[in-house]
Amino acid sequence: MISNRTRYLTQNVAKVLIWTAALLTIGVMMLILFQVLAEGLPVLHPRFFLDSPKNMGREGGILSTIVGTFALTLVAIVFAAPLGVGTAIFLREYTRETRISRIIRFGTDCLAGVPSIIFGLFGFVFFVIFLNMGWSILSGGLTLAAMILPTIISTAEEAIKTIPYTYREVSFSLGGTRWQTVTRTILPSAIPGIFTGIILSVGRSIGETAAVILTAGSSLVMPTSLFSPIRTMSVHFYILAREGISMEMAYGTGAALILLVLIVNTAANWLLNRYIRHRV
Amino acid sequence: MEAKDKIIERILLLIAFSSISILGLIALFIFGEGLPLIWKVGPRAFILGERWVPSQGSFGILPMIVGSFWVTFGAILLGVPLGLACAIFLSEWTPPLIAMVLRPTIQLLAAIPSVIYGFWGLIILVPLVRNYLGGPGLSILSGSVILGFMILPTIISISEDSLRALPPYYKSGALALGATHWQAIWRVMVPAARSGIVASIILGMGRAIGETMAMIMILGNAVKMPTSFLDSARTLTTNIGIEMGYASGDHRQALFATGVILFLIIMILNSSAIALSRRRRS
Amino acid sequence: MSEQRKILIEDFSFYYDSFQALRDINLKIGAKEIFAIFGPARSGKTTLLKSLNRLTDLIFGGRHSGAIFLDDLNIYDPKVNLTQLRRRVGMVFDLPTPLPMSIFDNVAYGPRLKGSIPKRRLSEIVEKALRSAVLWEEVKDRLHTSALRLSGGQQQRLCIARILALEPEVLLFDEPCSGLDPISTASIEETLTQLKKEYTIVLVPHNIQQASRVADRAAFFLNGEMVEEGPVFQIFTRPRDKRTEDYVTGKFG
Repeated sequence: MISNRTRYLTQNVAKVLIWTAALLTIGVMMLILFQVLAEGLPVLHPRFFLDSPKNMGREGGILSTIVGTFALTLVAIVFAAPLGVGTAIFLREYTRETRISRIIRFGTDCLAGVPSIIFGLFGFVFFVIFLNMGWSILSGGLTLAAMILPTIISTAEEAIKTIPYTYREVSFSLGGTRWQTVTRTILPSAIPGIFTGIILSVGRSIGETAAVILTAGSSLVMPTSLFSPIRTMSVHFYILAREGISMEMAYGTGAALILLVLIVNTAANWLLNRYIRHRV
Repeated sequence: MEAKDKIIERILLLIAFSSISILGLIALFIFGEGLPLIWKVGPRAFILGERWVPSQGSFGILPMIVGSFWVTFGAILLGVPLGLACAIFLSEWTPPLIAMVLRPTIQLLAAIPSVIYGFWGLIILVPLVRNYLGGPGLSILSGSVILGFMILPTIISISEDSLRALPPYYKSGALALGATHWQAIWRVMVPAARSGIVASIILGMGRAIGETMAMIMILGNAVKMPTSFLDSARTLTTNIGIEMGYASGDHRQALFATGVILFLIIMILNSSAIALSRRRRS
Repeated sequence: MSEQRKILIEDFSFYYDSFQALRDINLKIGAKEIFAIFGPARSGKTTLLKSLNRLTDLIFGGRHSGAIFLDDLNIYDPKVNLTQLRRRVGMVFDLPTPLPMSIFDNVAYGPRLKGSIPKRRLSEIVEKALRSAVLWEEVKDRLHTSALRLSGGQQQRLCIARILALEPEVLLFDEPCSGLDPISTASIEETLTQLKKEYTIVLVPHNIQQASRVADRAAFFLNGEMVEEGPVFQIFTRPRDKRTEDYVTGKFG
């Protein structure tokens, strides 16, 4: 029999360890943010955002990479959102647990775990070479679309799942078809949740580097069409830092990247909170 | 009206299938590019070969496989205790103020681009390791530490979910039998949530093995069999990431072949994690 | 029984996967009467109601045998247009189920499903439906506020109005007062007797007293079987079956 004292001693030791772990996690996060922001924020003059990079990125700003980041993300969302939401609607509203739905779910779960470098390889050989799109916004965007699809599907599924069964019953009992029920009752209620998933995917697209560098290239020229190669902020940051081109510019780009991700995340959180409060 | 509904159902089925057909396409094209080279070199020589000198046509990826496992092992060593502790903290102790900081912190950990982690590791961690522990600094140790933090969100969120999903009487029952809060957590709740926690660890391993950019920046990328945590190393992913930019011919195919091996490892990990969480659900 | 038959149920059985929820039900329900279906929990009452407008089709793994006729239409005929059937046979659920939209949009939901309707016409339909459900006076000034803000009784009357807007022939009520206080219950019952003038009503009452207060005829259900049916007065005072008597006198249930 363990004495009471030992038991409570164990409990207190455990408590201290767990607190340490929690504080360590917060601390490291703060350290990363502080390091990059402290060095990077002073670089962020308005000109930094409004000028395109010059001399390989040693001078000028990051405008073309911002444009590239947004273009790529936009393409990714435009393709992935309808596909993902459609899949979620099918899984939740048009089938119950059948072999088909199990296969689809297994497929999306697997897709969610595929490393980004594999997506990069795939995008390179499929979009860039096989479909002959070259290193371009389109190739990169489509590759990203494949990558964020599982996130969109699962968040949309969650959002649809929370809608009370009675809404469906009511809509059907009033003579609605399944599709009318989906478009007039289920989607309007699920939109905030779906949107949150899309915003999270935007965050992932912004931060992705490995898949993008292999499919969209790393050109610093301002893009003119969907078939232009581009360099995103993440890729720019990586090249500046790894090749030691300019630490100052690297810090600036890193700080801008962190701010962007912070904004996107806050937006998603805000939306999600509003959504949850709305539900109750 | 109902005919229209039938058509819509077909369209949605088509959409759902095109979503997963992407997985098939990926497998098809990666294998299509990579398998011929594996046959040419011989699967044994490719996987167990220790020499990777593309210019001489030797393609052995054993050092990369070993490197991936070392780094992943190190990340798990750090990430699992830390992640499990945070999950317990969030599901059981949560003093409101700290929880209010910890939760967004974890979200942010998940959201920060991997290149930022890599950069921070390169600037801060690598010099620390070099100065205090010796070696080049660009090492498995530095990589593991960074990866350990990168996989935290995966481990925490899934472990926390499975702890929270336990029926409340697990805890109240243990407490009623005279267990301390900690005993209830450690002897009853954690074992009961075991399959979810293991699934979270497996998914974390998947993330660690799959990470590319941060590892390129931190690991030093030397192609040799690592012998200590302070050695520089190269993983399957970094092998692809570094050389894809200039590879052609057999060399490029060899990188796709590396992708094939990586894909297979990930699929095995994923399937087992999915099987585990299925069991949890039923 | 009133002269005219509205619903005829013939040898009807229903199964959830392997569980049989209804056993060989035979029943006639007349036009413009209130017919009560009562019995203990899980006796098949709700399943029978949902079979009458085929909401049971939504249940994965459900199947049936036998037939149900609405006038002369076999509603389980494969050629039956489901959406049309459900507009003829409206249903009010046990708990108020307003959709998360305005009062007006709730009532207009059904009519709008049929296609676009001129705004003027739609407003008329909504007003008429709300008047018939005795809700108009309470909500006429806030038609465009959220229906979720109404009280429970108002929400339930809104659900009735929502169905009336479709001008159905039969109304199905599944314990419509189970979530409500006595005053709201009285107002719903009052509404029911008003509606009887124009509609055939099938009601699962939330207790025996309610059945005796509002219904014309009633049927007693037990474990998926119909034990007996007849005029309310007879069933509650001189039940033919021992089990009905035991239930009505409160020996079980």
